[in-house]
Amino acid sequence: MNEEIKTFTISIYTENNIGLLNRISAIFQRRHVNIESLTTSQSEIEGVNRFVIVVNISESQAKKIIGQIEKQVETIKAYYHTDEETIFTESCMFKIKSDLLFEEPQIQNIIKDSDTRIVTVNKEFFVLEKSGRRHEIEELRKALSTFGIMQFVRSGRIAVTKQEMKITEMLLAFNNQ
Amino acid sequence: MKDTQTLETIKSSAMVTERISGSEAIIKCLIAEGVDVLYGYPGGAIMPVYDELFKYQDRIHHVLTRHEQGAAHAAQGYARISGRVGVAMATSGPGATNLITGIADAQIDSTPLVCITGQVPSHLLGSDAFQETDIVGISTPVTKWNHQVTDASEIPEVIAKAFYIAKSGRPGPVLIDITKNAQFGELDFKYEKCTGVRSYIPVPKTNPETLKAAADIINGAKKPMIVWGQGIILSEAEEELKAVIEKAGIPSAWTIMGASAIPTAHPLNVGMVGMHGNYAPNVLTNQCDVLIAIGMRFDDRVTGDLKTYAKQAKIIHFEIDPAEVDKNVKTDVAVLGDAKASLKALLPLLKKNTHDNWLQEFKKLYDIEFEKVIKHDISPSKEGLTMGEVLKEINRHSKGDAAIVSDVGQHQMIACRYSEFNKTKSNITSGGLGTMGFALPAAMGAKMAEPERDVVAIIGDGGFQMNIQELGTIFQTQIPVKIVVLNNEFLGMVRQWQQLFFDKRYASTEMTNPDFVTIAKGYHLEAQKVTKREELADAVKAMMASDKAYFLEVCVEKEDNVFPMIPSGASVSDIRLS
Repeated sequence: MNEEIKTFTISIYTENNIGLLNRISAIFQRRHVNIESLTTSQSEIEGVNRFVIVVNISESQAKKIIGQIEKQVETIKAYYHTDEETIFTESCMFKIKSDLLFEEPQIQNIIKDSDTRIVTVNKEFFVLEKSGRRHEIEELRKALSTFGIMQFVRSGRIAVTKQEMKITEMLLAFNNQ
Repeated sequence: MKDTQTLETIKSSAMVTERISGSEAIIKCLIAEGVDVLYGYPGGAIMPVYDELFKYQDRIHHVLTRHEQGAAHAAQGYARISGRVGVAMATSGPGATNLITGIADAQIDSTPLVCITGQVPSHLLGSDAFQETDIVGISTPVTKWNHQVTDASEIPEVIAKAFYIAKSGRPGPVLIDITKNAQFGELDFKYEKCTGVRSYIPVPKTNPETLKAAADIINGAKKPMIVWGQGIILSEAEEELKAVIEKAGIPSAWTIMGASAIPTAHPLNVGMVGMHGNYAPNVLTNQCDVLIAIGMRFDDRVTGDLKTYAKQAKIIHFEIDPAEVDKNVKTDVAVLGDAKASLKALLPLLKKNTHDNWLQEFKKLYDIEFEKVIKHDISPSKEGLTMGEVLKEINRHSKGDAAIVSDVGQHQMIACRYSEFNKTKSNITSGGLGTMGFALPAAMGAKMAEPERDVVAIIGDGGFQMNIQELGTIFQTQIPVKIVVLNNEFLGMVRQWQQLFFDKRYASTEMTNPDFVTIAKGYHLEAQKVTKREELADAVKAMMASDKAYFLEVCVEKEDNVFPMIPSGASVSDIRLS
């Protein structure tokens, strides 16, 4: 029963309550599953939060974890999807010394070719921002690291699914009960 | 009836909204939920609530346990025998952490509890204040739901939600942590029972197709077998289960948590499955053609090695918790929903049937178990007393009507194997967590919830000493429980494993015990000690006849083993008789 380990994006719609992050992350911890990335935000529905969690696990593990997440009182619905079933992106920021922007013309080419945005420039440093797939961000980081990066940060994955999520309908059905 | 009346009173008085303190609101909420007794221990951060308990003592009975763990287990015993929500209360810090074992036990055994803890004032949260602990963080993995209240105005809604969540669907423990300023603060009190939480589906909808598919498989089965669990008791589906079993003529076994849902003497009751269960249902799990699991969760102590568990059988799983379906055992048909409703709907779809030859298979294996194990357990020919004969003696007097509260270990397995049960909710034990120290406080709670029933605690000498302090509660509160300590001067189950799997290296399992009778007498309990077989009958008779708390120590054979036994990781059909 050696099932293939795949990257799954787990999407969870929840109430917006203190402690829920702890409750959800504990489910992964109990099964000794490492969370590759985790993002929480407001969802498309007012007052409903959305977690996007990326994990590398087998599909049967994903199913069991979804079951245990959905069982939590304040979880409205949870899903798991493969990369093929989602549109996803990550974003990142670089802080770099301003001198380099003028001294190293190569940097300007990197910025242009990689579709990276300049967020701000001042006398001491400039800040770049880019959204994209992990490998694109990694390529950019490698390219810029030769010149020296003061700070680098990458966000967790955010993803929307190709499939429809009928959360609004579910909440309406509850309200009409 | 009483509950609704109380609620009506509260509701009508709430028309004129009262301005009251948070701590008074807590008590009013408990009364509105029909709580007549709660267990707890006071301390700094919960003192305002205790002050209100003092004022309301004619309406709600607080039992001072001798340790917060005792309070949690007592609330569990109360809940398990009655089906009502058990309530425990403690202060912040160590008071709260001492509840955790009981909460974890209630979580794994699906017991409805509401635990209320005091917390430091909200302006001190996170500052490492005196007796501050992050009990919401600590209790998160072992609660069905938990919540911290920092403002008095939240109290009625949160407590209503706590009771609703604890009791509905698959029950479980809820912890409400209330800061001291919220207890002192004031609110306009109005109480409404909670009837739903939008993100929470307590009972999943039953798909009629799955019921039909299950019925078709059952109707076509030649060698069907039912294994029921506590789900039957929790959904009060005993009559529905009996009707299904009898109509379809299916031999039916139970998990430790399902014990007593169908009387022991029922001709289709074929005994307990699992590690120390009966020989027949374990062996025949691997011979049946259809295995119908109802309100059980295929615990590893039930299934043994999953790779060889009922592989030949089609598996039907009736289950309220979707997370349990296919968790351990892959099912052919899963019927989601409440067991009572599902079984009621299943009954008309079933053909009337008998499986006499198949039932004979169970009888044959029972006879083997009787010759090799049971006979020696309950009618021993050797000199030393056995745990089994003590249970047999208790059965003689209880006639199967007593509730048996067992602790954890060899005596627990013996109690579950040999107790006779006529009534449901009669086997109260720590099944999933295996918490030594459970039985003494749980028996107190059970007896207080159902004072008309005889409650007999069966405890080993190890577990007894884990919560022995609750003798003080029994004495002070005059709770007439019957306490039987089966003393083998060993941590018997661990010793058994050491004998069988660790070449008899008895590492830290031998106990040098105090004089238990003197201790019991120190608490002014009637107490007796039995060391010889000829004393046993009279001693049990005296205990069963007593209308007061009674302590009976029986010195049993030191190195007896519990059989049958499925060695850890072995297949259910490789169950050993010796």
